[in-house]
Amino acid sequence: MAGKCDTRARLLQGNESCAEAALLAGVRFFAGYPITPSSEIAEILSERLPQLGGKFIQMEDEIASMAAVVGASLAGMKAMTATSGPGFSLKQENLGFASFTEVPCVIVNVQRTGPSTGLPTSPGQGDLMQARWGTHGDHPVVALYPSSVSETFDLTVKAVNIAERLRVPVVLLMDEVVAHMRERVIVPCEDEIEIAWRPRPTVPPEDYLPYEAGPNGVPAMADFGTGYRWHITGLYHDTTGFPTSAPAKVDQLVRRLCGKITNHKRDITFTWDEHMDDAKVAVVACGIVARSARRAVRLAREKGIAAGVFQPKTIWPFPHEQVAEIAARVDRIVVPEMNMGQLVGEVQCAARGKCEVIGYSRVDGEPITPEEILAVLSEV
Amino acid sequence: MISAGNPEAPVLVRREWCKGCGICIAMCPKKVLESAPDGKALVARPDDCIKCETCEIMCPDFAIRVVAKKAAAPDQGREAVRGGR
Amino acid sequence: MARSIDEYLRARFMPHIWCPGCGHGIILNALLRAIARLDLPNDKVCVVSGIGCASRAPGYLDFNTLHTTHGRAIAFATGIKLANPDLHVIVVTGDGDGAAIGGNHLIHAARRNMGVTTIMFNNSIYGMTSGQYSPLTPSGRLATTAPYGNVERNFDMCELVKASGANYVARATVAHARQLSTYIERAITTSGFAFVEAVGNCPTYFGRRNKLGGPVEMVEALKKNSITAAAAAKLDPAEIRGKIIIGEFYRGDAPGYIELYDGVIERAKEAAGK
Repeated sequence: MAGKCDTRARLLQGNESCAEAALLAGVRFFAGYPITPSSEIAEILSERLPQLGGKFIQMEDEIASMAAVVGASLAGMKAMTATSGPGFSLKQENLGFASFTEVPCVIVNVQRTGPSTGLPTSPGQGDLMQARWGTHGDHPVVALYPSSVSETFDLTVKAVNIAERLRVPVVLLMDEVVAHMRERVIVPCEDEIEIAWRPRPTVPPEDYLPYEAGPNGVPAMADFGTGYRWHITGLYHDTTGFPTSAPAKVDQLVRRLCGKITNHKRDITFTWDEHMDDAKVAVVACGIVARSARRAVRLAREKGIAAGVFQPKTIWPFPHEQVAEIAARVDRIVVPEMNMGQLVGEVQCAARGKCEVIGYSRVDGEPITPEEILAVLSEV
Repeated sequence: MISAGNPEAPVLVRREWCKGCGICIAMCPKKVLESAPDGKALVARPDDCIKCETCEIMCPDFAIRVVAKKAAAPDQGREAVRGGR
Repeated sequence: MARSIDEYLRARFMPHIWCPGCGHGIILNALLRAIARLDLPNDKVCVVSGIGCASRAPGYLDFNTLHTTHGRAIAFATGIKLANPDLHVIVVTGDGDGAAIGGNHLIHAARRNMGVTTIMFNNSIYGMTSGQYSPLTPSGRLATTAPYGNVERNFDMCELVKASGANYVARATVAHARQLSTYIERAITTSGFAFVEAVGNCPTYFGRRNKLGGPVEMVEALKKNSITAAAAAKLDPAEIRGKIIIGEFYRGDAPGYIELYDGVIERAKEAAGK
């Protein structure tokens, strides 16, 4: 970006924050399809991308936009799309392709109340499991989940960086409330943030093995048209990139792909907590519910309840280790969420019976209030 | 002039690629090709070849090359395939 | 011809996967000869495919190659072309991949006049899944999912793509391989969207079930049943029923998406500068 940059406070909408952060992180390609409540991201990028020499295209459907994102990434552009539940369902096919062929990309899912068309302009958190298991087969995926407009900026940059560094699709799960909320964001300058790129081949084309893992399990990626003529297929492939069904090679590939995430879990796990040091009851919540939980915990403390809050900003891979550690030292974990109980299952799995785990679901299209959470915390 | 028995045969068949579909044999206007006992194409009458390249163009298996002035021989061509794994 | 087609083959994977006498090899041969006549360097060509028999082609080609999901090749190709307009982006697709599951992407790429060349390998059947009817299976023909004869009508892909806005639309059969290669060459040099329907033969599933003979009989039938667009124009519809009309159906020079978007970038930069 030309000209002098000043770090400055800006009043941004959540979707706007996501779009601006993507640009700062180097995203230069967006393909999408209109869908509430994510459309502002497409609208903003249709205006901003060409200003930076980037490309925007509104495709004929969600499937095509995910495909175009993968194509653009293969040709060397950092690429992103944005959608909501129904569109996220359609994107799963090519999200799986990107995951399997290790093409970096970011998929923003501004969640709304589902299933199906559901409540298009109301918040819901029903896509947690779809973000992890939406596409078929074992596959690596990362999902980040902001609770504020400011976090949206930060986690969008991180999403782009993780996608590039690990060559994996990264889902940014957002809540409709955050997407349409306006808040203060300190927008950093380009040189104040870390900007990652996919690893590039260091060998000449004749020695290039496109799926030979580098030291961190991630293969080097050459852009199409740069002399490295490689083959990409959604079939199982060996290090050359060409199809194989040899059991040993099939096994090796799927284990390496999944290992990319587990081996880097520490680097890609982001969490936030408050009042957890002496907490006897912990609230585990993500997205906008974490905001209500924060308030509820402060109110609970005023009433003398030793409550704390833990927010996984990285939802996939799920921070099992941290939750297990919490479970070992609290009496109870309360998991409020705007679905019928997706996060709570994961928390129970991590807690392994070391403490009581109580779910609280609100599924009427309205956000969970601090008072509701406080009421659960007050019950003994 | 290419005569019978000339090592510079006008039509080369890559037997390892040929699947014996018979299209080249049927399409050749001069009936230069025949089916070998294993069903694959055989250059039976090289002298009759007019280098029309129909067999090469119609071969679904890339198994035939007509050695014309400008065309590379298959072996040279194969060596030229490199890189881009 | 400046180059040999052998320069474009990944010879170590040959012989290819296709059945003996499958017309797909003839179409691929025509494509490579077109690229060779155009003297295109391997690095400048990108071949994208979906799923199906035809979509196995890229693996054998020494280009930038991408074997994607069923029906989506044109959408992937769109992203590649936008990100690197210097590449010649060629989609190879089948009649199931391109006319059924991928039909929407095809008409929209044509409407946008996206700088992608699409070659549809039309063998009238789903070959990879062993012989189900496709949108291009002629009415009345047998398929594994049409045991009493296909009651659906088949698309005229060239009419469809022409109406959608492509800059180049042509059809030839594998029995007209030279003509087919010429059309493909023109398609590649077209700016904007170009479409060539290559009518081929599937001896294994379509031919055997419909008792159309072996590869040779099927290729000869394609020749016999074809009629040029010019000749067809002089006949009434009843006389051309069941015939394959071959020829160039449209050659236009409407500005392509890529050049139009260059204008968008220019205007956006201007607006940002104000």
